[in-house]
Amino acid sequence: MKKLINSVDRVVEEALDGLVVAFPHYLSRIPNSHVLARAVPKASGKVGIVSGGGSGHEPAHGGYVGFGMLDAAVAGEVFTSPTPDQVLTGIKAADHGAGVLLVVKNYTGDVMNFDIAREMAEAEGIATAAVTVNDDVAVEDSLYTSGRRGIAGTVFVHKIAGALAEQGASLDQVVAAANGVIANLASMGFAFESCTVPAAGKATFELASDEMEMGIGIHGEPGTHRMKVEGASELTSYLLGKIVADLEITPDDRVVAMVNGMGATPLLELAVMANEVAHQATGAGFILEQVFLGEFMTSLEMAGASLTLLRVDETRLELLRSACDTPALRQGVRIG
Amino acid sequence: MDDAEFCQIWRNFAKLIEENREYLNSLDAAIGDADHGTNMARGMAKAIESCDGANGGLRETSKAIAMAMLSTVGGASGALWGSGLLKLSASLPETRSCSEREFVESVDAFVTSVHDRGKANLGDKTMLDVFLPARDRLNAGVAAGESLLMLANELVGETAAWAANTKDLIALKGRAAYLGERSRGHVDPGAFSSSLWFKSLNQALEGKRA
Repeated sequence: MKKLINSVDRVVEEALDGLVVAFPHYLSRIPNSHVLARAVPKASGKVGIVSGGGSGHEPAHGGYVGFGMLDAAVAGEVFTSPTPDQVLTGIKAADHGAGVLLVVKNYTGDVMNFDIAREMAEAEGIATAAVTVNDDVAVEDSLYTSGRRGIAGTVFVHKIAGALAEQGASLDQVVAAANGVIANLASMGFAFESCTVPAAGKATFELASDEMEMGIGIHGEPGTHRMKVEGASELTSYLLGKIVADLEITPDDRVVAMVNGMGATPLLELAVMANEVAHQATGAGFILEQVFLGEFMTSLEMAGASLTLLRVDETRLELLRSACDTPALRQGVRIG
Repeated sequence: MDDAEFCQIWRNFAKLIEENREYLNSLDAAIGDADHGTNMARGMAKAIESCDGANGGLRETSKAIAMAMLSTVGGASGALWGSGLLKLSASLPETRSCSEREFVESVDAFVTSVHDRGKANLGDKTMLDVFLPARDRLNAGVAAGESLLMLANELVGETAAWAANTKDLIALKGRAAYLGERSRGHVDPGAFSSSLWFKSLNQALEGKRA
């Protein structure tokens, strides 16, 4: 295993401090916790937004703490949901008297730990609400299973809920907007190569040189099937087909896309995919308003990418395009 | 059961988890994310520390173990073990020892909590495939006047078999559920670590006899 670390046990600890070192104007670490909060808290009377999950998805989630997005991010161990006491610390840091929204990705561990944290917060008199992101269309939804996973589309939930909270909307309004995003959000990804969880020391799965995993989760968990590697056009077409069918996108629908790198795919290749998305959107007749291109929700050094579509109306698009200033996403901010 | 014996269960469990850490990770790599051994080992190391520090009764000791697991393990296992042990703790008396019936009742409270929070049922390929039938056996045995030692002895083999049998199941809860049919053919790591707990219980009880 080749890793730029000192010891497996201290990866998360040292990385959290490193983020504060690199972004002191944005981030402050709550002492004795794995919580990164805004260096300058938002005004009181505004809804707070907390997200989090296992580490290894950088820039998620600490990278989205700042004006217009999150108030606090809670980091667990690598690919392991944070514990309830840590989430509670995040909730307290984000509480400015108007309630706190928790943005949770739909994994059994995340859902349970955030639930327990909410019970603890309610006991302390802090109003909370939670939304569960389940944008991954690779895995079937069913009454009898845990439902779909939450992946890269979660960043759009952070952005839109965060923008609304910044405007002073109520907790109910922010929850409704976040659920509106979730209802119009779908993603799917693939992997060319596995990642290596530091504590495990070896690749989570093996792929032959001409093989790929379709429908990969963001923790290196296997996807729907293995297949021979295909080109950008075919892969984009496959992902787009699944996503468009899931969202029942029809011609003249307005959408925003995200082409997300999993950690080891060059921006050059992600840009090729973005170009494919634009071409194929034109072919299908729906209106592609914007493409977010880059690494938004990674899986350590996994090679691969995910595609997300969000159906937008004017309100949602405005919130998505409104100013935000965070380590990982900065837009519409005037300097000086 | 007294608090020394109670703590011995957890020391044994910590040791068995540590010995099986890589095996649990490898089971998890097949159908999850390769960290069940690492997470449980981290939690148990912390849990037995709090056991050393505790000098109160059974309720206080078990609560310290519960909080250690809740705040150290993470993931679904941490939430289920941690919140389940809080219920176990609340069910135990504040005294330094309890009857076998009271101990079995506390295990029952643990299993009910895991069942309620995780919403998994028998056959869903989770830790409950070990704990649900084991709970039923313990309850029936104690009601029939069987000794906890005899029951624990029997459950070592039974729970190992129940854990092994999860290999043939399709996961319906937890992260492995996303694999559907592809989850078949692998033992569930949570079921396997749960079977180790019964081995730990038996070792602790046998230690008393020795």
